[in-house]
Amino acid sequence: MISKDVYFIDGVRTPFGRAGEKGVYWNTRADDLVVKAMMGLLDRHPDLDKAAIDDVAVAATTQTGDQGLTIGRTSAILAGLPESVPGFAIDRMCAGAMTAVTTTGSGIGVGMYDMVLAGGVEHMGRHPMGDGADPNPRFLSEKLVDSDALNMGCTAEKIHDRFPHLTKERADKFAVGSQQKAAKAYEEGFIQKDLIPVSAASDSGWQVVNRDEPMRPETTMEGISDLKTPFRPHGRVTAGNASPLTDGATISLLAGEDAVKKHGLKPKMKMVSFAFAGVEPEIMGIGPIPSTEKALAKAGIGMDDIGLIEINEAFAIQVLSFIDHFGLEDDDPRINKYGGAIAFGHPLASSGVRLMNQLASQFENHPEVRYGLTTMCIGLGMGGTVIWENTGWRG
Amino acid sequence: MLEKFAPLFVDDSEVITHSFVSDVALKSGKTLALITLDNLKDHNRPTTLGPLTLKELDEVLDAQEQRAKNGEIHGIAITGKPYFLAAGADLSKIGAVEKKITGRLYVELGHYVFAKLGDSSVPTFVFINGLALGGGVEIALNAKYRTLNSAAPALGLPEVFLGIIPGWGGSYLLPNLIGIKNALKVIVENPLKQNRMLKPKEAFEMGMADVMFEPQRFLEQSIDWADEVINGKKVKRPFEPGTLERKTVWPAAVKMARGMIKDRLGEVPESPYVALDLIEAARSGTRDEGFKREDDVMEELVSGDKFRASMYAFNLVQKHAKNPQGAPDKSLARPVNKVGVVGAGLMASQLALLFLRRLEVPVVMTDVSQERIDKGLSYVRAELDKLVEKGRLDPDDRNRYSANLSGSLDYEAFADCDWVIEAVFEEMSVKQEVFGKLEQFVPEHCILASNTSSLSVSEMAKNLKNPERVVGFHFFNPVAVMPLLEVARADKTDDETMATAMAVGKKLKKTTVIVKDEAAFVVNRLFGVLLSEQMRALDDGFSFEDISEAVKPLGLPMDPFDLLELVGMHVASHMMDSMKAFDESRFYASETLGKLADHGKLLVKDDKGKIKGFDKGAVALLPSATPSRDSKTILDQTLEGLAREIKIMLDDGVVHSVEDIDLAMITGAGWPFHLGGITPYLDREGVSQRVNGKPFHEPMVVGVTG
Repeated sequence: MISKDVYFIDGVRTPFGRAGEKGVYWNTRADDLVVKAMMGLLDRHPDLDKAAIDDVAVAATTQTGDQGLTIGRTSAILAGLPESVPGFAIDRMCAGAMTAVTTTGSGIGVGMYDMVLAGGVEHMGRHPMGDGADPNPRFLSEKLVDSDALNMGCTAEKIHDRFPHLTKERADKFAVGSQQKAAKAYEEGFIQKDLIPVSAASDSGWQVVNRDEPMRPETTMEGISDLKTPFRPHGRVTAGNASPLTDGATISLLAGEDAVKKHGLKPKMKMVSFAFAGVEPEIMGIGPIPSTEKALAKAGIGMDDIGLIEINEAFAIQVLSFIDHFGLEDDDPRINKYGGAIAFGHPLASSGVRLMNQLASQFENHPEVRYGLTTMCIGLGMGGTVIWENTGWRG
Repeated sequence: MLEKFAPLFVDDSEVITHSFVSDVALKSGKTLALITLDNLKDHNRPTTLGPLTLKELDEVLDAQEQRAKNGEIHGIAITGKPYFLAAGADLSKIGAVEKKITGRLYVELGHYVFAKLGDSSVPTFVFINGLALGGGVEIALNAKYRTLNSAAPALGLPEVFLGIIPGWGGSYLLPNLIGIKNALKVIVENPLKQNRMLKPKEAFEMGMADVMFEPQRFLEQSIDWADEVINGKKVKRPFEPGTLERKTVWPAAVKMARGMIKDRLGEVPESPYVALDLIEAARSGTRDEGFKREDDVMEELVSGDKFRASMYAFNLVQKHAKNPQGAPDKSLARPVNKVGVVGAGLMASQLALLFLRRLEVPVVMTDVSQERIDKGLSYVRAELDKLVEKGRLDPDDRNRYSANLSGSLDYEAFADCDWVIEAVFEEMSVKQEVFGKLEQFVPEHCILASNTSSLSVSEMAKNLKNPERVVGFHFFNPVAVMPLLEVARADKTDDETMATAMAVGKKLKKTTVIVKDEAAFVVNRLFGVLLSEQMRALDDGFSFEDISEAVKPLGLPMDPFDLLELVGMHVASHMMDSMKAFDESRFYASETLGKLADHGKLLVKDDKGKIKGFDKGAVALLPSATPSRDSKTILDQTLEGLAREIKIMLDDGVVHSVEDIDLAMITGAGWPFHLGGITPYLDREGVSQRVNGKPFHEPMVVGVTG
């Protein structure tokens, strides 16, 4: 049985833009975002033999129009990769890119791939969540899944229901923290170094996008405490404690141990384990809990062994449920050191690789940390987790 | 098809359910003729089995029988369109028959056609793919084999609830298939429990179907199973009654059922007893003998007054209730995102619970002391916990509602409410004070609702700056059970407020009836009439027993004094004082009632709650007069009083139409279907004509004799 170590060599992303007419990427195609990111990644490895890339996996949730047509294949061609490099499209909603990484990573693990590109894109402005969805009537007629489950905000309110001690105040506080950490990460240059600037067309000429548009560093508790609660009258989930609708693309380079040697690559992280798990669709935000338990068990380690955590912030409350379960503090310094989706945004299928980029960067700055974790909740009730080892760990 | 059925086929207004046939090639190489019942309409139009439907099915069955004899097919199966097997007979065809024979012919037609399923030369199957009620269940019972979809919405034989009996073989076939005890449950007990239906699992466990399959591949699996049966697979019927059951358990169970129904409902409703007679007789004899018995009794029942009144009542509750009359445009309704409840007593707490669960918005309760508030909040939270324990409420939702519930001593808490309802002491000055104070704290658009049962809402609102947002919103006890909600439009109530009130009533899942703001609205006003006659009778020297006996022919759900005790004699007395002030010629406020109220007890009950007799102390308080009239006059005067009052109410526009009166009495007082609420009964007894010169309904809601 072949078994090869799987390495995360490098990852980049486009700056994220606010979805909608007023957003920077309104006139930019989703596949063009992927192409920019892909070419930007390959530019950082000028000596890499592109023909040696075995596959290109790009995720998108709504695979139609500029996010359709087997986007992994089309974007590779558009990015100038040789036609001999195949590609495919993949979907697991919010965890698309994460699944692209685990799937192709598994291919590397069994020795069938040497190097792959894996990432994701979502242009939520052009492809709103649930666009074109046609749920089977059996869901409702047989009461299999509540219609609330299709509305992510409602699932977040349900987490508050289930855990009344996880209050709106705590959620707001966490959200403010995310914005502040993101601003600080920018000040220290930790984010920019892995961004690929994108030229975006607009009604008033070209713009070059080199920062994440959604960030709101001026956010305060008072500023968000009275925001409308669109998912429930007098509810707890607001635009202030949730990630905004966003456009963006991410891409990463993975390689097996042989390829690392052959092409002289410098890995940033090694894949230790991964797991996906299902939860009730109506409360999808708690997904990271079982997937993390599963991944930790597979890795043979515990939460105490994890030195850094990148958890996607679809909603602050969902992060709190994870923190609560593992007995951590809301302001645990291991968690989302550079801020998270509440500040940067969450272009659905792309976020998984953003978490990995940030973790890899934090590994670099923390050689004392051996293990890190990337995890996210997923629509329709799932969680996904990948555990990584710091290749720069100075045991 | 026999000639005699021709008169049934003249009316072509029927929504016909077609019988489409397709041949299915079975894995064994044999062929199954699959008949699909489909009315070609979507799920909003359930499948029904009218005469033309049965005619077409009959032709199709005859054709398949011929093919079976030729060896072309080896089995016949019937199934339905998505979600429905059949929701029963076409009630519009028997709801108001013009001739007795029509009813009989329709019943005979069903027997004639369905019998072919039992008599076929090949195995016959019904694949119960969806809702099966009444005739829908019976078509399955007549076939030789049955499969069942585990996701079918419901099965049942609701005929007894409607005032008839399962007349297409159900009363004979069901006990002979599943045994006497469960047959009694399905045919008699369940219909009398608010028309309770069966879930597929229950029906399957009773033996109503031979095998049950999951919904995803229900038809495919049913067909494979039918293939096995056609090729010789033996099907066990573990619940078919044997000789011993027929001899001993059967008659005993029927006897016991008879006794229980007599205790609970009295002897006025006919259909339960007729059903019991049929079930008793089904213990022996042939199927065709059973069918003939059904033909005979149905001819009488369908043409009878009680069934006619029941169909009228059924339509009120099913259709009329869904389109409340006199309501303004729905688009005028405003959103209600936070509710206030003034008062934390039992009634207020019940209201808070209802609003919490149905509106799913924050509810704040206030009262005069923290102690009272805490008591109210505890009550609501305890009720929520009980629902979780019973499995009727999701624990997350319980947390949600509990978090939405709060209490306050201060009306300041209502500052962001869209709706505040008061359920405080039934005294005008108190209510006026509450409304006045509320107005200082609530937003201008906030609706102020009163749960008053007998005070004038207009009067309550008269000193307000914005009386147009005040409305009467009267619930019935117990709030969780009684569907009626009287929505009273006061003098100045505007359309937006009415529209919002109707929308809220709908969301609360109540039956809303718009009433004029006058004299205890509908139900309590008519109770005032009843109580007046009762008290007059007591003061004239009749005994409690005389009066209980006198009103028995109505078949009301409770003994009048049992009801009086439940309502509360002080409350009743207080109400009669108001009614007397409204019109003392028609409403009688008796001092005796006051004395009885102070005494506090009327009935003696055993530990099971059954009435044993009347309290000696209460009896002693009654005036020692000797009646100078016959006890028969008690009922006569009661009925005349009702007819008179209802006519006045209609003339005064208290409600939009007479249907609203009957709907209110059915859903607010639990008055039985066989009275049609009350006005059909008053008409058919000639009371309306005697008192008002004409009946309430033209044509009258009565059966036919010929």
